[in-house]
Amino acid sequence: MTNEVLVARGLRKAYGDRVAMQEVSLTLRPGEVLGLLGPNGAGKSTTVGMICGLTPPDAGSVTLSGGVSLASDEAGYKRRIGLVPQDIALYEELPARMNLELFGALYGMPPALIRNRADEVLAMVGLSDRAKDRPSTFSGGMKRRLNIACALIHDPEVLLLDEPTAGVDPQSRNAIFDNLERLKATGKALIYTTHYMEEAERLADRIVIVDHGRVVASGTQAQLYALLPAAQTLHVELASEPDEAALAGLAGVKRVGQRLDASVADVGRDTGPLLAALVARGIRVRGLASARATLEDVFLHLTGRQLRD
Amino acid sequence: MQALIALVRAEIKLHFSNRRAVLMSIVAPILIAAFFGSLFGSGSKMAGIPIAVVDLDDSPLTRSVVAALRAEPSLKTLVTDEADALAQVRAGKLRAVTVLPRGLGERAGGAMFGGAKPEITLHYDPSQTSALAVVRGLLAQTLMQEVSRATFSTAGLEKMQRQVRDATGLLAGHRDDLVKMFDAIGKVQHADAAASAASVPQAGLSLPYTTREIEALQSGSNAAPVAYNSYAHSFAGMGVQFILMSGVELALGLLLMRRLGLWKRLRAAPLSRSQLLGSRVAASALISLIVFAIIYAVAIVAFGVRVQGSPAGFALVLACFSLLTASFGLLVAALGRTPEATRGLAILATLLMVMLGGAWVPAFIFPEWLQTLSLAVPTRWAVDALDAMTWRGQPFAAALLPSAVLLGFSALFTAVAIWRFRWEE
Repeated sequence: MTNEVLVARGLRKAYGDRVAMQEVSLTLRPGEVLGLLGPNGAGKSTTVGMICGLTPPDAGSVTLSGGVSLASDEAGYKRRIGLVPQDIALYEELPARMNLELFGALYGMPPALIRNRADEVLAMVGLSDRAKDRPSTFSGGMKRRLNIACALIHDPEVLLLDEPTAGVDPQSRNAIFDNLERLKATGKALIYTTHYMEEAERLADRIVIVDHGRVVASGTQAQLYALLPAAQTLHVELASEPDEAALAGLAGVKRVGQRLDASVADVGRDTGPLLAALVARGIRVRGLASARATLEDVFLHLTGRQLRD
Repeated sequence: MQALIALVRAEIKLHFSNRRAVLMSIVAPILIAAFFGSLFGSGSKMAGIPIAVVDLDDSPLTRSVVAALRAEPSLKTLVTDEADALAQVRAGKLRAVTVLPRGLGERAGGAMFGGAKPEITLHYDPSQTSALAVVRGLLAQTLMQEVSRATFSTAGLEKMQRQVRDATGLLAGHRDDLVKMFDAIGKVQHADAAASAASVPQAGLSLPYTTREIEALQSGSNAAPVAYNSYAHSFAGMGVQFILMSGVELALGLLLMRRLGLWKRLRAAPLSRSQLLGSRVAASALISLIVFAIIYAVAIVAFGVRVQGSPAGFALVLACFSLLTASFGLLVAALGRTPEATRGLAILATLLMVMLGGAWVPAFIFPEWLQTLSLAVPTRWAVDALDAMTWRGQPFAAALLPSAVLLGFSALFTAVAIWRFRWEE
């Protein structure tokens, strides 16, 4: 371990015959956001569960800097990790501040420090004016922010966020992103699971793509795009649905209903020849658009499925 | 310890911020206990048992029997014909009907010394067999007094002597003995009447004893006798019932925490399993203890319930029962899957325990086999112990065995709960 704050190696978890996750290895550095991207049921939450000590792995290990692991010092390990679960895990009928004080006490913080930290995290998530109110009176976005604040009260080095924006309106989502970017800037290490590729693209420095209980790719966004045969896509709207035979011989072209998606390395260079080829086959074009490749394209390329399948 | 205290404090605050839960756990048992206490209270007078008497004989004897029955405060006696009386029994308006047959006045005296006995018919409501026993006893007492009074009056004795002399089935020696006995009785009655200067001799048999009825309750050897308070038992019973139910609610709260992901979040904190479960048990036990103390405070202030026995024993029993409630709740949470599926079964189990524990009706009216069986139910020990410490005025030593039994059940419930508890979601 060099500069890493967390190293996971060979994590595996099975429930009976069903393998929930296998061969997960990842590293995390301070000030880094690692995106764990995959569709629902891919194994993201199982991975988070194994890392934060909720789900004992069948194989593999997780170690924090200094060689601290669940096996060597469970309480010490957990104190260095903050979990933002997918569910809103709050005492809905206790005031927001009391929720924070409770979670602070669970992590063994002195009362005076809890009070100071509660003020800080409430301010950070923009809930200072609602400190005395009960979460049951909050909007979904406010609850999500308080959920994050509860994970931050004990000032952990590593923050695990399991789909923290589920069911949140765009405004609250942006507020959460701003908070996470500030945390990143202060040197916190974040693991962020999501099935929204836009979130991973915005936040993550490195991304691990998981599907069906295994890691299918990992790396920086640039490294992942490099896995694609082309960096950009041409979307060609057709006047009618073409015959498959008419498309034979067109490399890198996929038919999606009445539309063709063509992967191209250079839009300026490759658009003309493609259109000419279509005209030559008697295919009438109604419209044309180009798009930069996305993580959705990467996932589609690697798994043959879309993220939201 | 800091984490444990924080969790316990949060649970207690949550419980008492839930008005519905508080209403259920405090007000409901008080209201129901007050109702039952007033029903079975020693101060409240029982209404007379409604019966009818049908006098087919209409003799001086039967008229005096009817008058005596009507004067009996334990009865509410209606005099009517047989058809009407039977119709009223069938309609549930009367508990029983006694039919005094023709010739009863003529034959009753002689039947005391042998010969054919006249038959009195008793019709009764089969759902009121306990009333039948009371009516039968009062009828026997009244008839014996009235028949003997008629028989041992001057005229009655002369009539009896005539009947004995005329009887053909008697042995000669017996006939003489009976005539002498009637002579002797007549002389004694005349002598008593002369001594008391009464103008009419007092005839007849009376009960050969009097009774002095004292409630067998004292708070100590030198203490003054204390009055029985029927609210003491009803508050014990209803308190036990609703405290157990609140234990079930706390268990369902844990299942709900699982569903909402809060349990998972707590597990992610640096807490041991014993801290997590221990905080639930401690919070539940404390809430139960506080609620039970409030219920008894109301019972003492508003309903005159007194801890006539050992206050320390009373506190011990309350504490042990609170612990039992907490462990029962933990067991429910360990065995339950979802709050919805668990609620019905848990409440059924609670009601069975409460019913067998004598919380609704005292265990002494159970059949013997059920009384023995109910000893296997912790609520029986709790209710009996609370009775012992309150209105029975028993010493501290009487609280020890029930408390040990309650602690034993708590340990058993906790062990099974830990064994069956699902830590992973």
